[in-house]
Amino acid sequence: MSEHHPVPDAIKHLPWPEQYQALARHTKAPVLKHFYEAGCPSPQTPVSEVPMVALDFETTGLDAEAHSIVSIGLVPFTLDAIQLDQAKHWVVRPRLPLHQTSVTFHGITHADIDEAPDLSEVLEDVFASLNGRIPVVHFRNIERRFLNVALQWRLGEGIRFPVIDTMAIEAHLHPDRHPSFLKSLMGKKSLSIRLADSRTRYGLPHYAAHNALIDAIATAELLQAQILHHFSPQTPVGDLWV
Amino acid sequence: MQAELIDIRNHLVQHSPFDDMPEELVNQLTTSIEISYVRAGTQILEAGQASAYMYYVRSGAVEIFRRSGELYNRIGEGEIFGQFGLLMHRKVRFPAKALEDSLLYRIPADTFHYLFENDENFADFVEIEDRSRLRSALSRREKSNELMTSRVTRLISRKTISAPTNVRLQEAARIMTDKGVSALLLMDGEGENARPAGIITDRDLRTRAVTEALPSETPVSEIMSEGLITIRASSYIFEAMLTMLHNNVHHLPVMDGHEVRGVVALADIVKYESQSSLYLVSNIYHQQNVKGLKKISRDVRDSFVRMVNEDANSHMIGSAMAGIGRSFTQRLLELGEEKLGPPPVPYCFMALGSMARDEQLVVTDQDNAMILDDRFVPEEHDAYFLALAKFVSDGLAECGYTYCTGDIMATNPKWRQPLKVWRNYFTDWIENPKAEALLNSNIFFDLDGIYGRTEFAEELKALVADKASNSQRFLTMMARNALNRTPPLGFFRTFVLEEDGKHQKTFNLKRRGTAPLSDLIRIHSLACGSLAQNSFERLKSISKTKLIIEDDLGNLRDALEFISIVRIRHQALSIEAGEEPDNNVRPEDLSPFERSHLKDAFQVVSNAQKFLRFRYNTQVTRNV
Repeated sequence: MSEHHPVPDAIKHLPWPEQYQALARHTKAPVLKHFYEAGCPSPQTPVSEVPMVALDFETTGLDAEAHSIVSIGLVPFTLDAIQLDQAKHWVVRPRLPLHQTSVTFHGITHADIDEAPDLSEVLEDVFASLNGRIPVVHFRNIERRFLNVALQWRLGEGIRFPVIDTMAIEAHLHPDRHPSFLKSLMGKKSLSIRLADSRTRYGLPHYAAHNALIDAIATAELLQAQILHHFSPQTPVGDLWV
Repeated sequence: MQAELIDIRNHLVQHSPFDDMPEELVNQLTTSIEISYVRAGTQILEAGQASAYMYYVRSGAVEIFRRSGELYNRIGEGEIFGQFGLLMHRKVRFPAKALEDSLLYRIPADTFHYLFENDENFADFVEIEDRSRLRSALSRREKSNELMTSRVTRLISRKTISAPTNVRLQEAARIMTDKGVSALLLMDGEGENARPAGIITDRDLRTRAVTEALPSETPVSEIMSEGLITIRASSYIFEAMLTMLHNNVHHLPVMDGHEVRGVVALADIVKYESQSSLYLVSNIYHQQNVKGLKKISRDVRDSFVRMVNEDANSHMIGSAMAGIGRSFTQRLLELGEEKLGPPPVPYCFMALGSMARDEQLVVTDQDNAMILDDRFVPEEHDAYFLALAKFVSDGLAECGYTYCTGDIMATNPKWRQPLKVWRNYFTDWIENPKAEALLNSNIFFDLDGIYGRTEFAEELKALVADKASNSQRFLTMMARNALNRTPPLGFFRTFVLEEDGKHQKTFNLKRRGTAPLSDLIRIHSLACGSLAQNSFERLKSISKTKLIIEDDLGNLRDALEFISIVRIRHQALSIEAGEEPDNNVRPEDLSPFERSHLKDAFQVVSNAQKFLRFRYNTQVTRNV
């Protein structure tokens, strides 16, 4: 796997809206051109006015270089509403064999995958929901990295975009989540910033199933709660994305 | 639906009304949901705002308020709110506020209406599950009419102009001219102890003093109206309007205890509500012949439609229409007397049925009778009364009140009789009741004297109230008749339809709704010895006796109001569409809101009939 068409550093250091414009000119693959052309809101835009899309991948493992995407769930949303009629879910065939451990976790079986398309076959549909929206994820190291690697494999080009990371927001809100040595001796546990545990702190319900779509919805709900609890609808989106 | 949304779907189907919903509908519903997180204390719905969603509480809790700010309900996980706004005018009826941080599923209006149309259970649930909603729907609607929310004191703009009862005619006229008032309140006693004893108006001065050429030195007490009709300061404007309509007076002293707060004139209300039915009433008295009356009778329907559009309640509309009908009758009697000369013996002209009950609408025939003084000698006097009865009856027919098909009119010699004969009629009906005979004379048990010696009618009312409550057999026969007409509700709460003249599948809101209700209310009221004639007033009398528990009375009141108002609206719509109004309604012409509330109201009628059957142990007879 190699980068056939590297992005110059000068572009990488541009603010996101200008970077999208530059990337739109620089990129070759039409699907990415369209993505960048759809644009990125200015960092000053109040988060309540920003169209977002909660994105979640199930993968065969945690290493983007060694593992593959098995399913994609997404739901477009705004601070005001998560629109289930636009919720999407795809199962895709991984490049590498499935490990039994990941099967038990996300419930996608070999049989499901044997019939599934390659990611390249659903890319257009996936991007139809991403274009013009700021992706929202829980733990940015999965979705952004896996998508970047997967596109380099298939298109010969990676992808760059800002994300709002609900886990990073939780981490920021709870800098002292790991108790001191003394306190941990007294039985105090670390505060978890995993998706399900974070949600509990906002009174959000527990979802029994684990799939990319329900996790995407769970992430969108978590962001609504975080913003209304700790920020405000007027918070500039640039303060939230990373 | 994406299979991955199963978690969301599974939560819905654990709760009513989604638990029995066909899978396909739940899937459609799930896909349409918009999820929204709200913090505790957030105002979710504001009164009057356009409603776009029904809400389902996925987690958290929400408080629902009345418009007055009073807490109405608390909604928790798996419960819904906001459906009322979608059912009624698409405006928020009940403000909602998050009590806790809550995750809400918003169900868009389109989906809501689709479910309402396609799932009977859902429709019933969002409408009927909580009966008190019928009541709140009704009271909400009434609140929007200013006549029903503003106090009569609001119309008092000037100091009361009064004079002692012994003031001379000329002096009274001078005071009225100087002060520019159309009525002068006459007081008995002085200072602190002064009490209003009567009132004289412009009209009194004209009709009584001037036409009869009374000397200007005559004390006003000689022409003053006796039995002063007043209204309490706490009354609403519409009550003042009803009082004027019912008693045909144009001035009402407003009393706060013994103290006079002011005088409200017809003109004040007419100004307040520029084209009120009161205006029409006053116009009736200005007409000099049948032709003139016929001409303004065309305004009756406009007046009716306007009241409907102004969200008046059925009591108000029924009373106003009865008041208008009464005024036509009274004016015709005045004109008849002018033409035929003064009556040879005193008499009372009596309204029967819906006019007597103050429950008249626009589709109505005339039901009336004459009670003559006992000195009546048929050979000498009857020609006069027949001519008068005929003049009135023909005049009413000209004005749109069709002849009674059952011939219950003063033109029928049987119903133009001296008081003693009327006493015998009623005594016989009550003491020797036969169901068949009562079926035809039912209408006489709603009676009201509207002209002449009204005390004759009062005497008959008292006789009925006294005898009926003691005659179990009479009440049983009446109950049997009252059970003949059943509400149009089949098994599983479906409407039972009949074919109307136009070969359409309809049900008759009068025959199957308001009539059976007023029938059964009449019986309970007679059993209580009540003198009331209006169904709502009768319910009040019944309430004092504890014959029926308060909850059931409330339901009866709501059911009567709701069926009446649907019937009224149906007629108003027909009039506006240029069609002849009737009582036959096709279910598909009703809004979903009306359909499901009607079923609820009919259920109340049906239960009340069961109670009546049980109480009077009557056999079921069905000869509709």
